Amino acid sequence: MSDPMTAPRAINGRAPDVFREGGWVEMRQFSETEAVDFVVIGTGAGGGPLITRLAEQGFSVIGFDAGPYFRPLEDFASDETTQNQLYWLDERIVDGDNPMHMGGNNSGKAVGGSTVHFAMVSLRFRPEWFKSRSLLGYGADWPLDWREMWDYYREAERALSISGPINYPWGPKRPRYPYRAHEMNGAAHVLARGAEAMGYKWTPTPLATVSAPRGDSPPCVYRGFCRFGCSANAKQSQLVAFIPRALAAGAEIRDLAMVGRIETGADGRATGVHYFREGRWRFQRARNVVVAGYAIETPRLLLASANDRYPDGLANSSGLVGRNLMTQSNQGVYGSLKDEVRWNKGPPSLAVTEHWNYEDRKDFFGGYCWMSQGPLPIEWATALTGSLGLWGEALRERMTRYNHQVGLKMVGEMLPNENNRVTLADETDQYGLRIPRITYSWGDNDKVLIQHALGEMQTSLELAGVRDTFRQEDDTNHLAGTARMGSDPGSSVVNSDCRSWDIPNLWVCDGSIFPTTGGVNPSLTISAIALRTADRIKALAARGEL
Amino acid sequence: MTDHFPGYDVLRKRRTPSWDERTRQAINDRLSVPREPRFLSPELFAILAAACGRIIPQPPDRPPVPVAAMVDTKLFESKRDGYRFASMPEQGEAYRRGLRGFDDAAQSLHGRRFAGLEPAAQDQILASAQKGELDGPAWQGMPSKMFFEHRLLIDAVSAYYAHPTAWSEMGFGGPASPRGYVRMQLNRRDPWEAAEAKPGEEDRVRWENEHV
Ligand SMILES: Cc1cc2nc3c(=O)[nH]c(=O)nc-3n(C[C@H](O)[C@H](O)[C@H](O)COP(=O)(O)OP(=O)(O)OC[C@H]3O[C@@H](n4cnc5c(N)ncnc54)[C@H](O)[C@@H]3O)c2cc1C
Ligand code: SF4
Repeated sequence: MSDPMTAPRAINGRAPDVFREGGWVEMRQFSETEAVDFVVIGTGAGGGPLITRLAEQGFSVIGFDAGPYFRPLEDFASDETTQNQLYWLDERIVDGDNPMHMGGNNSGKAVGGSTVHFAMVSLRFRPEWFKSRSLLGYGADWPLDWREMWDYYREAERALSISGPINYPWGPKRPRYPYRAHEMNGAAHVLARGAEAMGYKWTPTPLATVSAPRGDSPPCVYRGFCRFGCSANAKQSQLVAFIPRALAAGAEIRDLAMVGRIETGADGRATGVHYFREGRWRFQRARNVVVAGYAIETPRLLLASANDRYPDGLANSSGLVGRNLMTQSNQGVYGSLKDEVRWNKGPPSLAVTEHWNYEDRKDFFGGYCWMSQGPLPIEWATALTGSLGLWGEALRERMTRYNHQVGLKMVGEMLPNENNRVTLADETDQYGLRIPRITYSWGDNDKVLIQHALGEMQTSLELAGVRDTFRQEDDTNHLAGTARMGSDPGSSVVNSDCRSWDIPNLWVCDGSIFPTTGGVNPSLTISAIALRTADRIKALAARGEL
Repeated sequence: MTDHFPGYDVLRKRRTPSWDERTRQAINDRLSVPREPRFLSPELFAILAAACGRIIPQPPDRPPVPVAAMVDTKLFESKRDGYRFASMPEQGEAYRRGLRGFDDAAQSLHGRRFAGLEPAAQDQILASAQKGELDGPAWQGMPSKMFFEHRLLIDAVSAYYAHPTAWSEMGFGGPASPRGYVRMQLNRRDPWEAAEAKPGEEDRVRWENEHV
C-alpha cells in the first residue's frame, strides 16, 4: 500500500476508490497550460459540494488539496494518536488573551477537509441569525434570506443522508430527516434527563452518518472513533459523499498539492494558481479561482498573494481579509455517575438541546446549544489535566472512572471583532511560505455567554443525578470569519454569491465567509452555501456575467 | 491503587474482529518504540524519564509504558501539534530549556541532579513549574507554567493514554473496528468490553475479562 502522505494518489488518470480496498476510479485530468473554468482550493465542507456541483453542471474543475487522499478502509487506524495524520499540523503561532488551540481542535488537511474528522453534527442556523444586526442588535447581517437557505439546507441534508428525528423541536418547520435517528447511548440519555428536569426540549442529534445502508456506505457500527476518521465509511464526509460524485462528473482532484499563491494578470483578474506538488512549484491556469481553505488558510493565501497591484493582498480593499476571526466556545461540564455509561460507544454527540433560549430572553447576545460527549482516553486525560490540573496518582485513579463519566459541551456563538485576526508571521513553513499568526481574545459578551452556558449545563447534570461535576473552562473549536460576506464592498470581502468585490473571478467558499458564527456547528451551513454558490455561478454564466 | 478491571487486557482482542489490520500495525509500532533516546541527549532524557515517572506513575502489575521514549519519538519524528504559543519556542527547544531548568532547580534546592532526587522532591519541583515559579538562565524567558502545562504534561499524558496498558487499567474497550458496539444503554456491557469488579466479584470478573 502506498503512503498517502508522501506521494500523490490522484495521478495517471485515476483516483482512489474510497469504497474498495486497493480500488481505483477513473479521473479526468486537465493540462496546466489550458485554463480550466474553475480551480477550487480546498475540498472540505465548502469545496467538496462546490466542486461536485460545478462539475455536474458541466464546468471544467480542479479541486486542490494540500492534504492526502485517504482510503478510509485501509488507512484509518482505530487510534487517537495515529489519526493525527488527519489534521493540519503545520506550524501556526497563536497569541492574544485567549490563544486558540489549533491542530486537531479545528483544522483538517485531507481530501474531504475537516469533514474527514468532524463529529458529524449537522444543524441549521435559526432564521434570525442571518439578520442578527437588524433583528437582534449584534454582529452583522448576512446578505442571504433564511427561506432560501432552508431549501439549500434541505438539499445538503439529502446529499449527506442526515440521520435525524422525525420532528425537530425548534424553529420553523422542516421536513423529516432522510434517515432515521440513531439510537441514543447512555451519555445522550443523561442529557435528555437533565434537559427535561429543567423544562427544556432535547432531540437525538441530526448526524452525517447513516443509520441504514446507503450506496456503498454501511450503517454506523457505533465504534465511536468518528473524530479520528471513520474506517467503516458510514460517516458522510466529503471524501465519501461528494468527492466520488465530483470525479464521476469529470472533476479532477489534486492531492498533496499546496497552493502558495494566486496570480493576477494585467487586467487585475486572477489567472491561475502556483502550487507545490511532487517536489516542485507548478502553475495551473484558470478562468476562475475559488478559495475554500477555511478561516486560517483562506486569508493566509489571500494575504500571501499580495502583488504590486494589490499590495495589501487579494480581495482586501476593505482591509477585512483576516479580520473578524471567530471560533465557537466549546466549554464543557463533566461528572460521574454510579451507572456504567461507557460514553465512548457510538458517535460522540447523540443528543442535543438547542435554542433553549429561542425567544432570546437573556441579557447577552448570541445563542448556544449543548451536546452529550464521548471523549476517548487521550482527550479525556488532557481535559482532566487542563481543567483540574491533575497529574500523578490522582490522574491515574481518576482515569479508572472513565466508564462512569458523562459530560456536556456547548457550541456557543462568539461575536465578531476586527482585532481577532489572521496575519502573516515572518517565520516560514516547509514550503517556504510565511506561516499564519492567529490572534484571539474573548470579548465581554463571549465571557458572559460562556458562564451562562456553563451554569445551565452544570445545573442540568446535577438534576440528572451526576456527581462531582467540574467545568472545562478553556476550549474552543470551529472557525469562521476572515473573509466575510456582505452587501457592501466597504464592509465585506465577498458578496452573497461568495464572489469577491474586488476581483470578479476570485471567489471564497468556506467557513471564512460567515459574518457571524451562530450558536450551532457550522458545516451544514457551509455546505448549503456552497450548493447555492454553484447554482448562482450557473445562473451568472447563463447571463454571461462570469 | 486497586485494580478495577482484574484480568482485563485489551491486547487479548488483537486477533479478533475488534481490531483491523491498520490498527494492529499502528499499535505494534507503538509497542516496539525504541527505548533509547533518539532526539534528546542521554542526560536530558534521564531528566525527562524521571519527570514522566512522577507525572504518570506506572502500574506495578502491568507491562510498563515507555512514556519518555514515546515523547522522545514525537520530538525525533517532529510530530507537531499544529500551533505554538507566541511565548514558546519550537518543541525540541522547549524541552531542552525546561528539562535543564528542572535540573538547575534540583541543584540549587538539593545540590543534586533532578533524576537522582526522592520522588517527593521531584514532585515539589514539578509543582513549582505548574505554578510558574521556576525561572533562571536555563529557561531563557520561557514561562515554566507554559512548559509544564502545555508541553510536558500534555505530551506525557498523551503518550501514556495511547498505550494498551493504560486502556486495560481504565477499562477502555479499545479499538473497535470493524466490530463496533451494540449495547448502547446505561449499564449494558458488550461481551468484548471490560467488566468492572465490585468488591467480592473479582473472580467472576476476572474470568469474564479473560474472555473478551
Ligand atoms: C474535531 C472536530 C469536530 C468537528 N465537528 C463538527 C461537527 O460535528 N459539525 C460541524 O458542523 N462542524 C464540525 N467541525 C467543523 C467543520 O469540520 C468545519 O467547520 C468545516 O469542515 C469547515 O469547512 P471548510 O470547507 O471551510 O474547510 P475544511 O473542511 O477544513 O477544508 C479546507 C481544506 O482546504 C485545504 N487547504 C487549505 N489551504 C490550502 C492551500 N493553500 N492549498 C491547498 N489546500 C488547502 C485543507 O487541506 C483542507 O482539506 C468539527 C471540526 C473539528 C476539528
Ligand atoms: S461510530 Fe459510526 S460514524 Fe463513528 S466512526 Fe464508528 S461507524 Fe463511523
